[in-house]
Amino acid sequence: MGLKQNLHTLKMKYQGTKMAPAFNAIHTFLYLPNETTHNGTHIKAADDLKRTMNMVIMSLAPCLLFGIFNAGYQYNVQTGDVTKALSFFSTEFWNFSNFSIGAWKVLPLVIVSYGVGLLVEFIFAVIKGHEVEEGYLVTGMLVPLIVPVDIPLWMLSIAVIFGVVIGKEVFGGTGMNILNPALTIRAFLFFAYPTWMSGDKVWVTGAVDTVGQPDAISGETILGSLAQNNGYGDWSMMDQFLGFIPGSVGETSKLLIIVGALILILSKIGSWRIILSTLVGALSMGLIFNGVVNAGWVTESSKFFGLMSVDFWQHLFIGSILFGAVYMATDPVTASQTNKGKWIYGFLIGFISIMIRVFNPAYPEGVFLAILLMNVFAPTIDHYVLEGNIKKRANRLKLKTA
Amino acid sequence: MSKDIKIKKGLAIRLKGEADKSLSNAPRSRTFAIRPSDFHLFTPKLVKKEGEKMLAGETLFYSKQNQAITFSSPVSGTLTKIERGPKRVITALTIEADQKDTFMDYGVKTPESLSSQEIKNHLLATGCWPFVKQRPYDVIANPNIKPKAIFISGLATGPLDADLDFVLQGKQKEVQTAITALSKLTKGAIHLTVAKDSVSMLSELDHVVLHKTNVLHPAGNVGTQINKIDPVNKGETVWTIAAQDLVIIGELFLTGKYNAERVVALAGSCVKAPKYYKTKIGSEVATMIYDSGLNEENIRVISGGVLSGDTISPKQHLGFYHNAITVIPEGDDYEFFGWNKPIFNKISPSRALTFSWIQPNKEFELNTNTNGEHRAFVVTGNYEEVFPLDIYPLQILKACLVNDLDAMEALGMYEVAPEDFALTEFVCVSKQPHQQIIREGLDLMYKEIG
Repeated sequence: MGLKQNLHTLKMKYQGTKMAPAFNAIHTFLYLPNETTHNGTHIKAADDLKRTMNMVIMSLAPCLLFGIFNAGYQYNVQTGDVTKALSFFSTEFWNFSNFSIGAWKVLPLVIVSYGVGLLVEFIFAVIKGHEVEEGYLVTGMLVPLIVPVDIPLWMLSIAVIFGVVIGKEVFGGTGMNILNPALTIRAFLFFAYPTWMSGDKVWVTGAVDTVGQPDAISGETILGSLAQNNGYGDWSMMDQFLGFIPGSVGETSKLLIIVGALILILSKIGSWRIILSTLVGALSMGLIFNGVVNAGWVTESSKFFGLMSVDFWQHLFIGSILFGAVYMATDPVTASQTNKGKWIYGFLIGFISIMIRVFNPAYPEGVFLAILLMNVFAPTIDHYVLEGNIKKRANRLKLKTA
Repeated sequence: MSKDIKIKKGLAIRLKGEADKSLSNAPRSRTFAIRPSDFHLFTPKLVKKEGEKMLAGETLFYSKQNQAITFSSPVSGTLTKIERGPKRVITALTIEADQKDTFMDYGVKTPESLSSQEIKNHLLATGCWPFVKQRPYDVIANPNIKPKAIFISGLATGPLDADLDFVLQGKQKEVQTAITALSKLTKGAIHLTVAKDSVSMLSELDHVVLHKTNVLHPAGNVGTQINKIDPVNKGETVWTIAAQDLVIIGELFLTGKYNAERVVALAGSCVKAPKYYKTKIGSEVATMIYDSGLNEENIRVISGGVLSGDTISPKQHLGFYHNAITVIPEGDDYEFFGWNKPIFNKISPSRALTFSWIQPNKEFELNTNTNGEHRAFVVTGNYEEVFPLDIYPLQILKACLVNDLDAMEALGMYEVAPEDFALTEFVCVSKQPHQQIIREGLDLMYKEIG
């Protein structure tokens, strides 16, 4: 009883003061608050925003863990310390050496992302006198998973501050933002520090530092290699599916992303409509490009040939389209809010992602740009969906009066 | 034409403490009270003064907005107390009841031989008019408008609601008389909706168009039925009336007395022996609660159901429109790691480590805890799962919040009442007060558009 009572006394003491939101944020982490209903429904369902966000974080945890091992594994493969892993449970991958190198790189990213982001959230909550909202719990987890492993921490801090303040707080905080905050952070990094965010030097730890040395580490991704018409490199389809490839920290393992997607869909947290329609959109664009190649309109000499000729279904295993579809496009605040709108929104994300991927060889991954673009158009899509409902109502009236 | 309704979107909330189908007479309560707040947007003008005596059914006050609408005393006794709130608004009129009721005699009438105007005047003069409500706005019906239809719900689907088949047992004659009278007030039909497998007398009435529906909540809400049968358009009015109030209206015509008798369900997990009581509108709920006994100290007493009822203290009185008293545990306690641990004992529409979905037939014992703090709207798509009306719930709520009258009108505000948003409020992850938002939106429209 002691802790509960003491915290309650403290809460009462600081009620109404400036620091109350900060205290409550920590208090409500330990205890579900003692708030009761007043009017309206006297009972409430068990879910709150914390629980919802917590599910998303739990579905991301396998990706993070895998990302830590993979960061070390990619380094060790190139230095020759481990041989290539052949199956998912291979000890070449799940070993302490991989973990320690990876953890040393990835955990600081997680700590900086959460530390800086939550600090900004707390400051805004105290200034504006509202409760600390949970949105950043997911954003803070997403950010380390979608950046290259060697990104300097100061860059990440600046980007997080920009993303949270400009991407979210200026609009009024969680629930009010137009752009996905995690992607705003990534977009800021990409346009402010492009050399750290793309190219063939950044995707494996140590690659930047060893440039020009005889035992230089290559930091190229499959996507980059394809964009230069160089094929898949040394990576097999299985490597791509299981995730033993270079890339952003948490998006390499398609298997674990599918597991995460299942967690989100089965717990009814993520919108299956968006996930499914994004994939359908990506496949359709892939099919169109395949058709173009088969028709002979684009020849091998074209710089688009490499990515255009990729089998349409393989697009889902290259780059981060799957990660984007499952974790980014489904953000309920920035996505379309009507069920019909979600189908259109998702489809266009997939469609545009692959289009950007193929036509923009300088920066081959188009998922984040496609999602940000559709974030902007989501309210427009909803507007037309609502218009349909409004028209139906107006027609009903017209039939009556006619 | 009869129309079968199939409700797919909804939520069955199963709670512990359903009223046992046995009827007792509630001990006669010493005081009765009428709360003017039950009559939303209507201001009372008192006819009786403090200390004055009155008969059962005698006019107690009339409406300042429409003087023809009168409100009657449910019992014979003395008006002992007029409670006032801020700005001297009357919050409750307390009547100390006589040992036995003496009724005001309004005379026996047969609705068949009366004109529409005579029936209307009779209902207005006797204080039966407030039972008739209207959409849009979900307020007492405006007697000057001829509605396009009248809707009556013949089933209750909400958690712990009184079973209408049981409540209306043996009242066929009264209900039929009331329906005959009401049928003269509309140019359209009286739509009565009953459960698909119902065998009650409700399915044998004349002058109604009978509809059948499945029983997934909110199929029993009259708003759901209106939306599925004949939705309200701009400029149209429909009336609604609760089935149990037909008995009072019917009795008025048959006996000439305004007998505010009502069978209420006393239910909820805190009640020792939940069952039905025969009592009167405005009676003290303590008479029934303590007659049946409680098994908890820290309780929430609700006049009405758990989804849309009013919080009252045991010393307060049964609301004018309510036919249930629900007692559930108060949830004013902290719960250690309540936001992330697996939950087995609460209802949840999701499966986010909440396991009500694997025990679909379990009766839950929910308390009044909000299970989380108030937040901005974040999650989308979950209201639609429990909201069967052809309306976009999230968007209409947002339109109400920003007072956008055009959007409210276009999105279907004329068709809704706060109770239609009870389920979306129940499942709301952001713990937003949906019913209050809708009520305030309707009030604004009433004021601006009228």
